[in-house]
Amino acid sequence: MTFCPTRPNHPWCPESARRLFGYQVAQSSNEVGELHIVQYAERMQETAPDPAIEFKEVSYAIGGEPLLRSFSLLVHPGEILVLLGRSGSGKTTSLKLINRLVSPSSGEILVHGMPNSQTDLIQLRRGIGYVIQDVGLFPHLTVEKNIALVPRMQGWTAERIRARIQQMLKLVGLSQEMGSRYPHQLSGGQRQRVGVARALAADPEIVLMDEPFGALDPLTRDELQREFLSLQKELRKTVVFVTHDLREAMLMGSRIALLEAGKLVVVLNPREFLHSDDPLASAYVRAFGDGLESIANRGES
Amino acid sequence: MSVLQFMLQNRGQVFELTLEHLWMVGVSTLYAILVGIPLGILIAHRPVFNKPVLAGANIIQTIPSLALFGFLLPLPWLGERADRLAILALTLYALLPIIRNTYTGIRGIEPAVLEAGRGMGLTEMQLLTQVELPLAVSVILSGVRTAVVISIGLATIAAAIGAGGLGEFIFRGLAMVDNRVIFAGAIPAAALALLADLGMGSLERHLQPR
Repeated sequence: MTFCPTRPNHPWCPESARRLFGYQVAQSSNEVGELHIVQYAERMQETAPDPAIEFKEVSYAIGGEPLLRSFSLLVHPGEILVLLGRSGSGKTTSLKLINRLVSPSSGEILVHGMPNSQTDLIQLRRGIGYVIQDVGLFPHLTVEKNIALVPRMQGWTAERIRARIQQMLKLVGLSQEMGSRYPHQLSGGQRQRVGVARALAADPEIVLMDEPFGALDPLTRDELQREFLSLQKELRKTVVFVTHDLREAMLMGSRIALLEAGKLVVVLNPREFLHSDDPLASAYVRAFGDGLESIANRGES
Repeated sequence: MSVLQFMLQNRGQVFELTLEHLWMVGVSTLYAILVGIPLGILIAHRPVFNKPVLAGANIIQTIPSLALFGFLLPLPWLGERADRLAILALTLYALLPIIRNTYTGIRGIEPAVLEAGRGMGLTEMQLLTQVELPLAVSVILSGVRTAVVISIGLATIAAAIGAGGLGEFIFRGLAMVDNRVIFAGAIPAAALALLADLGMGSLERHLQPR
């Protein structure tokens, strides 16, 4: 037994002890007694993968006025993390810190484990999809050219770009004829679909969305929220989603990070949020009233 | 003898002076574009330079044209040939509308478009050439159009320092107290200004971003 921690192959070491010390036991019968030694730390990573984005004690101040105060947060790969808060709470600022549209006063932001201040700014941004409320489609370019912009800058071949445009239009539920239109010829909902397609075009692992559906009418918003969710089931992007609407947060979020006056209050999944003791969280729940329960439960399923 | 008859009789000279006039206006506008658009881009991006640049261009506008031609006369190399002087003076006058419109055109772009562009990873240079300039082009062109129309009028004064152009007729007519001669310079100059205005206007509409 005493040999086990250092010599797991020793015949006296029982299997249960081997497991206890974090070594994997070979499953195949023809390699009896032989161990595939996997370090304990490595196995732990499988259960808790590296965060896609990590805020480390980030503060941001502009003109001496702090907008974000020692903000720390992990965003896991494949989740939709919602940043919820009222206007001025620092949620949009936190989002812009990720693709370095703003730089922190102190602290750092890791993207895929690398401080984003040390990666090439342009490549960092091209690897992160960005969708904003005002869409920001280029008015002088057709839908196709808007979608093709990042792939084109990344040097994709014309053929690959053409195929990708078709794929993206289909993905966001737009017909192929839409490709040759200009943004001013589209409805608000169609424009935001193009915005999403453009953000996903170069297949980024991370997508940042700043109240993407905020300016849409309720029906279109509902449609786009649901479509984005089913899209996300397929794509499994890491999404950071800013909103001030608890309903939207409940529907979209795997987890909800509540911000107030530049501080992170709590991070909870939608169900926990509903029953949270936190005064601010319960104030939100009260303000949005009935029907949240069913949304939270639907989000789980 | 009517004005038209006079112009027909001297058509060779009318033609020559018109060409001279166009040459001065064309070259000076080209220089003003080459200097003014970069300056406009600069002040749209670096607000610190905004006041000094626009103030400078404004001050030039306040100098009476005849005086400006006179001021430039003693300059070496430039003073040797009157047309060089005229082109420099016209360039200076054309700067303000071009700088101002470039600045206005770029600043008028919807902030969301620029934010999206930056967020998507366009470099500042790509943002400028692929987004800002295409979107500002019609406003910039309307500045150039203003500059050209003003220049065509101003260039007539260049004849006072012997730079030629349609102003020759006007000054000669004044000295001879002969209206026909004055008109022989003024009518083609006005026609040039009108044509330039129309042409540039249609170009502007053509390049208007949607």
